[in-house]
Amino acid sequence: MFTFEVGSLLSIAFVLGVVLVAAAMLIWVERRLLGFFNERLGPNRVGPFGLLQSLADVGKLITKEDWIPPFADKASFVIAPLIIPIVMLLSFAVIPFAPDVGVMDLNIGLLWIFAMAGLAAYSAMLGGLASNNKFALLGGLRAAGQMISYEVFMGISILGVVILGDSFNMREIVLAQEDGWFIIPQFFGFVVFLIAGLAETKRWPFDLPEGEAEIISGFNTEYSGMKFGLFFVGEYIGMLLLSMLLPVLFFGGWMAPFGLDIGPPIFSGLFWMSVKTGAFVVFFILVRAALARPRYDQLMSYGWLVMLPLSLLNLLITGAIVLSQGA
Amino acid sequence: MLSAIGKQVHVIWTQIVTLALVFSHMFRKKDTVEYPDVMPYMFPRWRGRIILTRDPDGEERCVACNLCAVACPVDCIALQKTEDENGRWYPEFFRINFSRCIMCGFCEEACPTHAIQLTPDFEMAEYVRQDMVWEKEHMLINGTGKYHDYNFYKVAGKSIGGKGKGEARNELPPVDRRSLLP
Amino acid sequence: MAKINVDGKVFEVDPNNNLLQEILSQQVDLPYFCWHPAMGSVGSCRQCAIIEYANDEDQRGRQVMACMTVPREGARYSIEKAAGFRAQAIESIMINHPHDCPVCEEGGECHLQDMTVMSGHTYRRYDGMKKTHNNQYLGPFIGHEMNRCITCYRCVRYYNDYAGGTDFGPQASHDNTYFGRFQEGPLESEFSGNLAEVCPTGVFTDKVFSKHYSRKWDLQTSPSVCAACGVGCNINPGERYGTLRRVVNRFNDEVNGYFICDKGRFGTGYVNSSERITVCMSRDTHDGRPVQIEADTARAQLKAMAGSAIGIGSPRASLEANFALRELVGADNFHAGVSDAEFGLLNQVLDIYSNRPVNIANIRDIENSDCIVILGEDVTNTAARLALALRQSVRNLGKEMAAKLKFPNWQDAAIRQLAMDRKSPLYIVSPHSTRLDDVAKTVHIASAADAARIGFAIANALDNSAPAVSDLSVDEKTLVDQIVADLKAARQPLVVSGTSLLEPALLNAAANIATALANGESRCNLALAVPEANSLGLMMLMQGSGNTLGKALGSGSKQAIVLENDLYRRAPARAVDSFLGGLDKLAVLDTLQNRTGEAANLVLPAGTFAESSGTFVNYEGRAQYFYSTFPAKAPILSSAKWLTEGKKTEEILAEVAASLPGGAILNKLTPGADFNFAGMRAPRQHHRYSGRTAMRANISVHEPKQEQDEDGIMNYSMEGVPPLKDATVFSSPWAPGWNSNQSLFKFETKVGGPLKQASHGVRLLDNSGAANTWYDATVTKASGDGFSVFPVYHLFGSEELTSRSPAIGEKATAAYVALNPADADKLGLAASDGVQVQHNGAVPVLLRNSIQPGTVGIPVGLDGLNFQDMTANVSLEKARDWQSPKGWRAANIIVSDRSMKKGEAN
Repeated sequence: MFTFEVGSLLSIAFVLGVVLVAAAMLIWVERRLLGFFNERLGPNRVGPFGLLQSLADVGKLITKEDWIPPFADKASFVIAPLIIPIVMLLSFAVIPFAPDVGVMDLNIGLLWIFAMAGLAAYSAMLGGLASNNKFALLGGLRAAGQMISYEVFMGISILGVVILGDSFNMREIVLAQEDGWFIIPQFFGFVVFLIAGLAETKRWPFDLPEGEAEIISGFNTEYSGMKFGLFFVGEYIGMLLLSMLLPVLFFGGWMAPFGLDIGPPIFSGLFWMSVKTGAFVVFFILVRAALARPRYDQLMSYGWLVMLPLSLLNLLITGAIVLSQGA
Repeated sequence: MLSAIGKQVHVIWTQIVTLALVFSHMFRKKDTVEYPDVMPYMFPRWRGRIILTRDPDGEERCVACNLCAVACPVDCIALQKTEDENGRWYPEFFRINFSRCIMCGFCEEACPTHAIQLTPDFEMAEYVRQDMVWEKEHMLINGTGKYHDYNFYKVAGKSIGGKGKGEARNELPPVDRRSLLP
Repeated sequence: MAKINVDGKVFEVDPNNNLLQEILSQQVDLPYFCWHPAMGSVGSCRQCAIIEYANDEDQRGRQVMACMTVPREGARYSIEKAAGFRAQAIESIMINHPHDCPVCEEGGECHLQDMTVMSGHTYRRYDGMKKTHNNQYLGPFIGHEMNRCITCYRCVRYYNDYAGGTDFGPQASHDNTYFGRFQEGPLESEFSGNLAEVCPTGVFTDKVFSKHYSRKWDLQTSPSVCAACGVGCNINPGERYGTLRRVVNRFNDEVNGYFICDKGRFGTGYVNSSERITVCMSRDTHDGRPVQIEADTARAQLKAMAGSAIGIGSPRASLEANFALRELVGADNFHAGVSDAEFGLLNQVLDIYSNRPVNIANIRDIENSDCIVILGEDVTNTAARLALALRQSVRNLGKEMAAKLKFPNWQDAAIRQLAMDRKSPLYIVSPHSTRLDDVAKTVHIASAADAARIGFAIANALDNSAPAVSDLSVDEKTLVDQIVADLKAARQPLVVSGTSLLEPALLNAAANIATALANGESRCNLALAVPEANSLGLMMLMQGSGNTLGKALGSGSKQAIVLENDLYRRAPARAVDSFLGGLDKLAVLDTLQNRTGEAANLVLPAGTFAESSGTFVNYEGRAQYFYSTFPAKAPILSSAKWLTEGKKTEEILAEVAASLPGGAILNKLTPGADFNFAGMRAPRQHHRYSGRTAMRANISVHEPKQEQDEDGIMNYSMEGVPPLKDATVFSSPWAPGWNSNQSLFKFETKVGGPLKQASHGVRLLDNSGAANTWYDATVTKASGDGFSVFPVYHLFGSEELTSRSPAIGEKATAAYVALNPADADKLGLAASDGVQVQHNGAVPVLLRNSIQPGTVGIPVGLDGLNFQDMTANVSLEKARDWQSPKGWRAANIIVSDRSMKKGEAN
């Protein structure tokens, strides 16, 4: 129970703790890094290097007036922000952090993640609808359209990985990369998955559901206080999830590159997993700092006209090769 | 077909260049001035705290014409005209809701008498929002502010106490309405 | 119609109008100053210059003034090509204009500002000296700032030529021209307020407004109807910071056109009065101490009275409020709150309007009439706007002469030159001289009864089936013959009378004349002035019931609800005292404290016209809806809402429509409570309304939700469809580039024509099927000892509410007795003496030549004398130890025989 094995209490506590702390710290990391990319300093006042900034933010959000507009639909207005952090956290259940570290070893792990990601769409949709506000509604509609569209290619893009790994189980996918990371055979799958993942988490440059230049703040226009905070945290957990999925699916998960194992397998696994995750986190922040937001029609047509054929082609070729090899 | 693919490659390439360029900013010197440890230099025409000034004779410059109020994009200026016994206009009250003010300076642009001016003082935070509502007595200073010489009533045709008809700049003495002389 | 080409665009225009007017009617911008839609063209300002081309080959063209040009069929014009000339003209106009805009009341709604910008003059190149002028004191209404003058002559053309003023004019010469009074002092015309709207810049400004000034864009305005008399002029009140700031004219081509009188414009100060009832008060006994109570308690107390109380309605409360009271107390217990004499007269007016073949005259009809008989009514003092229209009607002769010479009728100066002092015939039969005497052909001084006899005789002479009168004097016979001859020759005759002299036979006589002139389809115009804003509306609600005020006072009822009424102004004080004394419970709904309210057990604060919505029925039976200008401060509510527990005004109006015969038309009065345009309602505030987030920040920095208005389709905010689009209600005119009230033409179907969107009101009376029947020519002559009394009305002072506005107070006077000097001699009275009026105290005496010996004029509604306490004949004697009361200002009395009292006041 208190040993590191998949599903042990210690493991669960570790995962939950790491994810929550990391998500909170991400807020600070992102602002700091954005600062650096913009030749600024970023938040450096609260605690050493501003490390306690997230804590201060949470304190602020909790003590802020928790306003429910009189014209909103109360029940769904309250439920909406709860959905996204919950489903995102549930997704982590199947992530293999390291050998023996994880919440459960589900043989349909990948499908679980997609199921959860599908549910996450409800958060933005409900929030937008419940607010009873034109801009919120527009934001909610955009979120729904975007998430449903991109989930399609996201799913297709990793079928190549599933074929190569011969399993939906995340651990088995990682283990299947023993001989070579899937980034090599599945480069296009990776590209599609990366872009679709960005869209799925509503991260820049695909944050059209919020699109503050056009629709104030989109689906969370009417939200304030900790309800807004939940949307906010949910997004960061989502980014963390994506940053962990990418290594797991394409970069060998916890496995060390070039056999650079350091110490015991768990330690080494956790180390390399966090290095890979961290690299993607930094990349996502860099994307936010650098790239401009497309128009919504561009987003949609790019999805359906470029990403879908690309991912289908990728699947076709992968399947053909695997079949021709007679595996 | 090829050119289309080439165009896409170019698009992707520019995105990558952008990413690299932005990433390189990480290692440059930061522009941030660490206020309040380091006080920044405030330019004289910085648009900060709003003041009401007096003309060179020490009278209120504001004539309550309402142009600042109508120019204000957030409608945070409210005032009421009144006049003294000699016909000089001035505001009975003049209120700015600084919790709404966006320091755009339109009021200063609109002011025909140089009464309302923005100053380089920006430290206006309050713990209670109500304290951000300023009345005339909070804003009126004993000086001319940025414009030292202008006195609106010395140019205007309206007579006020101490200045009768025809005594303003560039004015002839009042016409004798009973005379038919050329 | 003529086709013209202006800068490449082809328009169909009316060749009977001038080119400027027609171009504006096409919504094309062309600057102008001196032209005014109501006053025609004189071509003096040179602003509407335009190029006229001789033919299609002509490239040079010639420059003409559009306002002095007849649109030529097929002609080609260019506005653009004359832009340079217009810019030069405005530059020279602006040479002496002072640097005043920030401290000028006209700033922001200044025609001169608009035209300067439109003509492209932005920078004063001339650096010479500016002309200056001294100002004059022009009375409590109008401020004067002569420096700003651009010499367009509009003030003179309005004040002297249009409104008939005699104390004002242009002075000095060339560029020294000065516009003012010959001697400093108050402007005498009762229409002087329009100068502020006519003047294209800030020379004449609204002085009352200036005291609590706000820019036009800061005023919250709504379409409203003047509550000061029975004409029902459309007005546009403006509010800022919770107080009513000013009233301006709101165009309605059928009711008031471009002008209103000074009472309507300056008489709304009572809305902000410190004497307003602002809380609900209650007490158990008549002399107990009133205590303030909650609105809900007050409402419950009022409701509890419903079964047993009688209700007394009011001619100054809206149709809805009177109806609500009638529903609350039941039609049997509902009594008209007008004096018994007035009750009969108003019923008679309704009878005449509905059952006689007459054309109920609106001001258009009045202005078009070319022979007018005024029977007994002092129109200037009882229905002032009609007097201004009557002044225009006498010009019809000049216009006809001009038409014969093929002059267009917009050639104002030319027609005046042509007509000189020749006027269409206007006959006045009145017990005293009136303000209109200067345009009358004959003024005949006669008592009300004699005036009625003359009227009957005219009717008989026109149509011998009409009842005849005997024993006319020789003078009277000559007069009758003269009038009959002119009436017969007239294209469109008009008979004017009214209720003010309290003589039923007068109305009958007027009706008989009009009936006698009816000839099949062509009917004679008839205008009968009524005393108050909703007099006819109240009487319509009575629906023939005989519940007079006298009946109410004698009913012995123990409980009563009095709606917006001071009973002491309606019945003798003794009768009212005994009635109020006999009551167990008296509930009063009113706006201002008054004597009836002082006796009340329950007082409910009612909203004025500016704080409540409702309907008034004017002298022509025209129902007009007025929208509240600003929300009433709780617990003040409109009377209708007190009486119905908060029903929406439009719901009550629908109930009125269902209950009145022929009232269904009332449903067309408003667009309906649910009306919206693209989901939006209409804004009360200008889109430039300022200070929204600061005006109440001193109370709390947290901004409350916008006040909602459930009555009608207007918002108390700037949200909604502005009137230029499809707002369906029209409050304040504004169009891009046209900030002044001259922007009105953008809202009219054509210049001077009806507004595109606003309601004219609906006529409730239909007499289309009426046949020729006659009223008996019986005239009861008052007999008895002493002087026979006739009422004298004052524009400033006789009306209950307006007289309590500070500005009107300055123009009003205390009560007096008007006497013929011969009678005064008999009584041993000098001009500065006081006179004891039977038991009613002593008042100053006013000597007037025009009053017949043996009669006295007693003013109505002025401080110091209650007309209701007068008997038909009174005895007078010289007052001992006489001192003039403070409020005695003889100079304020509007009459034309003022020479008699000059120097004798005080």
